[in-house]
Amino acid sequence: MTSALLDAKGVTLQYKTPRHLVTATYRVDFSVHQGDRYVILGPSGCGKSTLLKAVGGFMSPAEGSIRIREREIRSPGPDRMMVFQEFEQLMPWKTAYQNVIFPMKVTRKFASSEATERADTAIAKVGLTEFRDIYPHMLSGGMKMRVAIARAMALEPDILLMDEPFAALDALTRRTMQQELLSLWDQLRFTVLFVTHSIEEAIIIGSRILVLSPHPGRVRAELDASGLDHNSLGKPEFGALSQRIHALLFGNAHAQGGRT
Amino acid sequence: MNPQQTPPHRPELERELAETAVIGDVERPLTLHERIASNDAVQRLTILVALIVVWEIYARWLNNSLLFPTFSETVRTFGKDIANGVLIDRTFTSLRTLAIGYAFGLAFAAVFTTMAVASGVGTRILSTLTAMFNPLPAIALLPLALIWFGLGTPSLVFVIIHSVLWAVALNTLSGFRSVPETLRMSGRNVGLTGARYVGLILIPAAFPSILAGLKIGWAFAWRTLVAAELVFGVSARSGGIGWYIFEARNDLDTATVFSGLLTVILIGLAVESVIFRAIEARTVTLWGMQR
Repeated sequence: MTSALLDAKGVTLQYKTPRHLVTATYRVDFSVHQGDRYVILGPSGCGKSTLLKAVGGFMSPAEGSIRIREREIRSPGPDRMMVFQEFEQLMPWKTAYQNVIFPMKVTRKFASSEATERADTAIAKVGLTEFRDIYPHMLSGGMKMRVAIARAMALEPDILLMDEPFAALDALTRRTMQQELLSLWDQLRFTVLFVTHSIEEAIIIGSRILVLSPHPGRVRAELDASGLDHNSLGKPEFGALSQRIHALLFGNAHAQGGRT
Repeated sequence: MNPQQTPPHRPELERELAETAVIGDVERPLTLHERIASNDAVQRLTILVALIVVWEIYARWLNNSLLFPTFSETVRTFGKDIANGVLIDRTFTSLRTLAIGYAFGLAFAAVFTTMAVASGVGTRILSTLTAMFNPLPAIALLPLALIWFGLGTPSLVFVIIHSVLWAVALNTLSGFRSVPETLRMSGRNVGLTGARYVGLILIPAAFPSILAGLKIGWAFAWRTLVAAELVFGVSARSGGIGWYIFEARNDLDTATVFSGLLTVILIGLAVESVIFRAIEARTVTLWGMQR
């Protein structure tokens, strides 16, 4: 077996609130390979965002380990670019273009002329060339998200981490953005770790889906969803997979008659 | 179900889109009149003129230049003292002291807030110091300053630093605290730490609060300076605006007192509406962080 790009083993995540010690996930294992569209799916509060934060290096596991390219993750780094749900992730004092080029300048990963070129290409890829010199407060929600995605992708990270990136968008924009993400993936074949609470989104976006149980998050299943996208929305396979995930998450109420 | 409550059946419809060319320009530039009416500077100027007119009318009606000189008399005195260089000299002396005090105040504020951002202990030190010293009027420290630094600029600088430091530090710290978590994370995500993190993320993100602090600090400094000059008067031979006012009061020359006050007001207005406004237009307004 080839070694995975990202490897999480027995990851237990805990964080402190002023009064409690909360266990967000309990002994979660998964591994993401190069070119995966890996989706972490779970009900709200199952610790999936916390898990992504741990991969991002913003918190360290209480137990277990997360490794990227065989290296233990200890701190945040530009090899794991994060795209957040909130629009606040863009710097309001920089134009779209300046936002995209900022990480490349800070990390000095590319020479300055190459960075300029990459920023322009990335902005063109998400269709915002006309808006390159506009400040974020003048952009719509979907556009801001496109800038955030362009910013993350221009840096060519080892893995793209997306924390419910489309959850704050309206349904029509969300659908467009999902399609755009998939077509970008078709061109560039990057690796993405995507967190969502929507079963439909998980099946459309994901090539592999990790299903987490409700709080505290534990692995319920890891499923294959490659080959299913918007075009398969009405197809029986899509419905079957959706039903199966639903049953995994919430139990089959008819068969079990509630929780035991 | 009550059948009377179901809405009536209506036919569906689909249309060809209407031609929009007939509307003419979708966007049109505002006329000169519309632009003048909505111009900020014009409106402010109108308010000023109205205030001046009220002043002039009241002073003429009172007809007692010892108590309340007219606007025209004040302006005449003002013009005379500008022309003979007294007022310019006084203003320059004040502004120089002010600039030194303000600059030192900002530098100390920067040191304190950096300390506060760097560690929890720093935060507690700063918030305790601020709680203790911010309510303390700078003038109350003046006697002490005179004992420590003697009669002269150092004492003035000391009280100005005191009045600038806490206001600016308090605002900057609260600005840093209110930077959204997502923005912080996206900064740390690209590997920013330490001074670069503060300089590239925290300071611009907290800029509206920092600017507010700078404005408050400026006003406090100006106030403190004029008051301090009034209290202890002149050092060496060059007094500031406060001294100019004090001297005129001793001579019962009310028009000159007014002209000194007018200078204080004019400088305040100029700094607020020229310097700070220009900074705002280029930063927080442009970035949509403040309306």
